[in-house]
Amino acid sequence: MKKEEVPQDDANMLEGKFKVVKYALNEDGEYEKVPSVGWEPENVALQQAWSVINEQVAEARRKVEAGQCSTLAYHMEVNMMDPALLSKHAGVPARSVKRHLEPAEFAALDERTLQRYAEALQLTVAELKQLPA
Amino acid sequence: MSRKDVMVPFEHQQSAHCETGVISNLMRFHGLRVSEPMAFGIGSGLFYSHMPFLKMNGIPVTSYRILPGHIFKRFSRNVGVKMERASFRDQDQAMRALDDVLDQGLPVGMLTSVFYLPYLPKAFRFHFNAHNIVVFGRRGDEYLVSDPVMEATTTIHRTALVRARFAKGTPNTNGRMYYPTKVPIDADLKQAAAKGLRRVARDMSNTPLPMFGSKGITYLAHRLRNYERRLGSRRALLYVGNLIRMQEEIGTGGAGFRFMYAAFLQEAASLLNRPELREKAMEMTAIGDQWREFAFEAGRLVKGRAEAGSDLNTLADRLQRIGEQEQRFFKELARTSR
Repeated sequence: MKKEEVPQDDANMLEGKFKVVKYALNEDGEYEKVPSVGWEPENVALQQAWSVINEQVAEARRKVEAGQCSTLAYHMEVNMMDPALLSKHAGVPARSVKRHLEPAEFAALDERTLQRYAEALQLTVAELKQLPA
Repeated sequence: MSRKDVMVPFEHQQSAHCETGVISNLMRFHGLRVSEPMAFGIGSGLFYSHMPFLKMNGIPVTSYRILPGHIFKRFSRNVGVKMERASFRDQDQAMRALDDVLDQGLPVGMLTSVFYLPYLPKAFRFHFNAHNIVVFGRRGDEYLVSDPVMEATTTIHRTALVRARFAKGTPNTNGRMYYPTKVPIDADLKQAAAKGLRRVARDMSNTPLPMFGSKGITYLAHRLRNYERRLGSRRALLYVGNLIRMQEEIGTGGAGFRFMYAAFLQEAASLLNRPELREKAMEMTAIGDQWREFAFEAGRLVKGRAEAGSDLNTLADRLQRIGEQEQRFFKELARTSR
């Protein structure tokens, strides 16, 4: 890749925070670091990954609203976790995490367990019990 | 309780990749000048693997480099750098250990999860627990951070840093930190580079299992042809999208580290006085360009904007050709680098 071929396809993935570095050949045929704001295929693949996550979050929200899942299920998806990862972060056994995804089980949780989930998901207990608007 | 502010005079240089960037920046601090591509080459970082049986978020792992942390290990061994490494169960202890080393005036490398680094753009923050950064100071509750993939240094609050240092998953980061205790400023980089080069040439051309080394590329080409039938088109395209990300997203310098490796070969040509390596660098560049064409076609497919006649089979054809070229390339490199 030549320096002038380094792609500059900005899809605001980097939020203007910085440019990334690519290695490319300069006029003298020597490699150097060249800044880039992004490349179309990269942007497409990232958007694809995010659309999967966004779908899962929307699905979780729908289930919470329909009373099929607890709010924990929604916040777990927002944090891109599955029960196994949430279990590790909260220090709650994975099987219990799965149970707590059910509204009745979640409603019966003690303050200490709620606190653990809230901490793991970077929320307050009050936030954990709600769906954000 | 609270400690005095400290700022280690650490020169930050932006890099393509976190691990090689941290090596290059830490070495410069300790008086040894090694560019990022040279760190990559000496640490024999280039590799290829496609592991259908190992999945992350339900998608098979494909990698263009050796395992995280191993570039640093091989680099240190080949150059004779002594490193102090530590990991912790207790968060306060981990932060105390960091503070102690900073108070000695030394920058500290550490393992973090990008999901918990608030200064990074949102779109890149996945649960990836192998991101290397350097902390080089402390101002009240803020720590000064040199994140190699960023243009400038930044800061992170103590609470956020603790979270990033103690992320769970694959792997648990366990507060892991490291810093050089002995850097030989008169190190024999020639020998180190020759060693690193031999290792890559050997591992790329000679790893026995089909999914590793340059054979791994043709192995994936073969599997790719069956994706649509086995997975259905939605999942197939998710797998393909993941290939693009592993190849091009922040950290590879373009074409899955192939351009960075070509840059190393160029530097090695002068360092080792082997002019033929300059030609190898150009060959690697041409291979890298084909990786980019692969990603380009893959991107069109993912977006649903493929040209007529383009499908997973034509994509697999590209991969097959790249794989065959890399096999020839590294065999030849292994033969001439004994």
